[in-house]
Amino acid sequence: MRKIHDFHGGIHPVENKHQSLHTPIRDAGIPAELTLPLSQHIGAPATPLVAVGERVLKGQLVAEATGLVSAALHAPTSGTVTAIEPRPIAHPSGLPAPCLVIASDGEDAWCELPPPCSFETLERPELLARIRAAGIAGMGGAGFPAAVKLGLKPGTQVETLIINGTECEPYITADDILMRERAAQIVRGAQILAHLVAPAETVIGIEDNKPEAIAAMCAAAEGTGIEIAVFPTKYPSGGEKQLIELLTGKQVPSGGLPMDVGVVCQNVGTAAAVADAVEHGRPLISRITTVTGAAVDEPQNFEVLLGTPMSHLLALAGYRAADNPRLVMGGPMMGFTVPDPGVPIVKTTNCILAPSAQELPAPPPAQACIRCGLCAEACPASLLPQQLYWFARGREFEKAEAHNLFDCIECGACSYVCPSNIPLVQYYRAAKAEVLQMRRDAQKAEHSRQRFEARQERLEREEAEKEARRAARKQAAEEKARRAADAGSGEADPVQAAIERAQARKAAQAAGAASEENPLQKLEKTVVTTRERLEKAEAKLAQARSEGADHIAALETGVEKTRAKLAAAEQALQDYQAQQTPAEPAPAGDAAQAAIQKAMAARAAQANKSPLEKARDNLEKLEARLAKSEARLAESRAAGEEEKIVEALASSVERLQEKVAAARAELAAEES
Amino acid sequence: MSGAGLTITGRAAPHSHAGSSVDRIMLQVCLALVPATVFGLYLFGWPALLLWVITCASAVATEALCLLLQDKPLSRLRDSSALLTGWLLALTLPPWAPWWIGAGGAAFAIAVGKQLYGGVGQNIFNPAMLARVALLVSFPVHMTTWVQPDLLSSGAPGPWAALDIVFGGGIPDGVTGPTILGEMKTAQGAGTVSELAAGSFNWLDSLTGSTAGSLGETSELLVLLGGLWLLALRIISWHIPVAMLGTTVLLAAIFHRADPAHYASPLLHLTSGGIMLGAFFIATDYVTSPSSKTGQLIFGAGCAAVLFAIRAWGGFPEGVGFAVLFMNAFTPLLDRYCKPRAYGRNLRGRPTVARTPARKVR
Repeated sequence: MRKIHDFHGGIHPVENKHQSLHTPIRDAGIPAELTLPLSQHIGAPATPLVAVGERVLKGQLVAEATGLVSAALHAPTSGTVTAIEPRPIAHPSGLPAPCLVIASDGEDAWCELPPPCSFETLERPELLARIRAAGIAGMGGAGFPAAVKLGLKPGTQVETLIINGTECEPYITADDILMRERAAQIVRGAQILAHLVAPAETVIGIEDNKPEAIAAMCAAAEGTGIEIAVFPTKYPSGGEKQLIELLTGKQVPSGGLPMDVGVVCQNVGTAAAVADAVEHGRPLISRITTVTGAAVDEPQNFEVLLGTPMSHLLALAGYRAADNPRLVMGGPMMGFTVPDPGVPIVKTTNCILAPSAQELPAPPPAQACIRCGLCAEACPASLLPQQLYWFARGREFEKAEAHNLFDCIECGACSYVCPSNIPLVQYYRAAKAEVLQMRRDAQKAEHSRQRFEARQERLEREEAEKEARRAARKQAAEEKARRAADAGSGEADPVQAAIERAQARKAAQAAGAASEENPLQKLEKTVVTTRERLEKAEAKLAQARSEGADHIAALETGVEKTRAKLAAAEQALQDYQAQQTPAEPAPAGDAAQAAIQKAMAARAAQANKSPLEKARDNLEKLEARLAKSEARLAESRAAGEEEKIVEALASSVERLQEKVAAARAELAAEES
Repeated sequence: MSGAGLTITGRAAPHSHAGSSVDRIMLQVCLALVPATVFGLYLFGWPALLLWVITCASAVATEALCLLLQDKPLSRLRDSSALLTGWLLALTLPPWAPWWIGAGGAAFAIAVGKQLYGGVGQNIFNPAMLARVALLVSFPVHMTTWVQPDLLSSGAPGPWAALDIVFGGGIPDGVTGPTILGEMKTAQGAGTVSELAAGSFNWLDSLTGSTAGSLGETSELLVLLGGLWLLALRIISWHIPVAMLGTTVLLAAIFHRADPAHYASPLLHLTSGGIMLGAFFIATDYVTSPSSKTGQLIFGAGCAAVLFAIRAWGGFPEGVGFAVLFMNAFTPLLDRYCKPRAYGRNLRGRPTVARTPARKVR
């Protein structure tokens, strides 16, 4: 016998389960119109594969999973697709969402299904593919795609596979009746799941308020090695984290997954759907839904096609709308109010609760918190709900996070016991939403900041490069002037000057070129990095293939994409090279060469000149430069340029004036 | 109810409720006080009844006035928290105290002790104890004039005489007498505490309450009964009372064993004064005590330590009010440092270490 642990807190609300357990599961039939929301699961909405007007057969894939975390959708019956458009759905927001609408033709004609087979004959990836193709999403309420949960990383060892038959929420009996009537199917599903994740042990957990279900499951599990664990009724023992603690004594790390403690958890409904999908190839197109509450005459469980309007089920159960102030999807603890009874049943609809006004009366107005601490005693996550409430109400979100706001599972136990009737969970939900929004905003702001900084850096770099070029030019000019002056005094070496000038120009160019890669280099770099990425991705894919990992498909698309990118980059490089080849000679070296030649020519010319001519030439040149400099100085003074610039210009004018004076004196000496 | 706060609209889960309410909790606490109160009124007669009515009425009237002044709905009176505060204060007053002690004390408790902080749920200190201590410090003579219980004797004042005692002439001579804690204080000075047990201290009388003392505190037994009923209803938890009474017994036992001439026995400590009322009804006040269980244990033990120190070495014979107020000041600190370990986290609040590294959640 397994040791049953306990979890902190919890409550014992009135169960109200017997009302809907008088009759067996009833087939809800085929409604005239089925509305399939494209998002019935956690993750990306499915992508429609059919067009409006197209005829579909029962079980036909009508929308495929988008990406990894998503689930496929199948036609629940045969008929015609009449619309793909936003429709009201059962969602706390009450907003319409994209739906695929099928008008049923009443024939209920099946499409061709994969042949029935026994799971032992199937390989792991094939099993997983069948489950994924069936579009199974967690049927307990959260709707996490089952195949994603079961797709383990290679090398992980699962210690415990837990099949959750707890159903701790009051009123709901969908899992209870499923276990009573289809225990064998659940056990087969559990065996398939165990075959998939190869756990050290498989446990089916059931609360002790379901004796018939327990008996049926025990009988069905006889000899399979699957254990049926029974534990005391307490809400919310069916919460994944709480159930794991109950059955294993381990706690899932905050922010982590059950796999972190070696546990995989699936609902009994999911197990049954898995058995159907693997053994009969049938996709998930129907589920068991409890219709209960004092506002229906015959509370009971239905096997209902996904997409069936809630109103259809309610009518079958004898719904009295006048007695029902609000319709709830789910149970009284975690369910949400449905704005319109026309919304469809989805994969996660385990219950429709139609309470009378006396049954679940509207709460009295909230009073002040008296710090009684009952909420902390009830909290299954061992949080301090009353502190969280103060922080949430005062918008002190940092403190709320420090008090583990995000560990709250929103079970509602705190609100349930609160003597002041404070809607605590609503505060936490609102606070979580605000924090998430703030995080998104912060991320956006951070992104913009990075972009701004990158731009700023680029501008500064460009400015610095310009400055460097300017400085190099200036240095070269000064050098030239000095040489010229020296030449005037007879020691000038125009060749040397020209060489230096050319070198300076080259240096200036190099300073610019360092960061301004030319397009050719850029393209080459792209090709190299893309090739590296492709090689890496291919290696990963090969490894995944050899290990039989479950994300091969994703890797394959990644490799394809990278390959396409590489091809594009190589093409771009070739194009560019084709354009540029004729005009390829290095301009920098050439200019230097030319300057040297020019300087040599000048030297040769000067060598032929008399000293008088030389002195006169020199003076003329200097005077021209002086005039230019003076003009530039006047201009910048007039334009009111920076003082530094004006000063610099003034000093260069002064220097030139001195040089002119010297040259004049020299000329005078020559002439005499 | 600041405008900047998070506002919540609409109806969402959970849709069901346990049915508990603040109104009911407060009324149940009042009900738990009934046995001790009835006994006290029977013991001390008409003047005590008048004082009790005046104190409770003053508390409710002050609350109503404060609500009116703040434009808050008068329907909040329904939570009975003001009645409870007035009631608790009345039980700790000398039974024949003049009317203005009760009326003024209750007004102070509600206006200064509670509404000034923002009303129910917001005060740091227990309002009733704040008022009692303020009265004790301001009017030491009136607050320490005790009458000997005069069960059904011919000398008991009738309704008219009671009016005169409460509203006019004060207490006639010859009916006053010391409390056992007062006698103990005197005996401590003389080193004759051990003789008390042989003389005026009768533990059975002290437990049942036919002794001099505050209006509703004398019968520790009936107060205890009310407290146990609250425990059974799960309105209070055992942590504060057990920590407070247990620590008192422990400290008294240690000192009594070491020096019986100066320190009274645990029995005397447990059966005298306001310790039971304090342990079950005052220290357990939701608003001013810690919410974590560890915090409550420390809080209760702290109350007892201060209480024992005052009784053993302080200037006042009794110290429940001071002790509770002293520990009230530590409540925010205790709540801060006695957080429970959250699911999936270690004691320092970090996520527990995963067996395999947690997948990165973006």
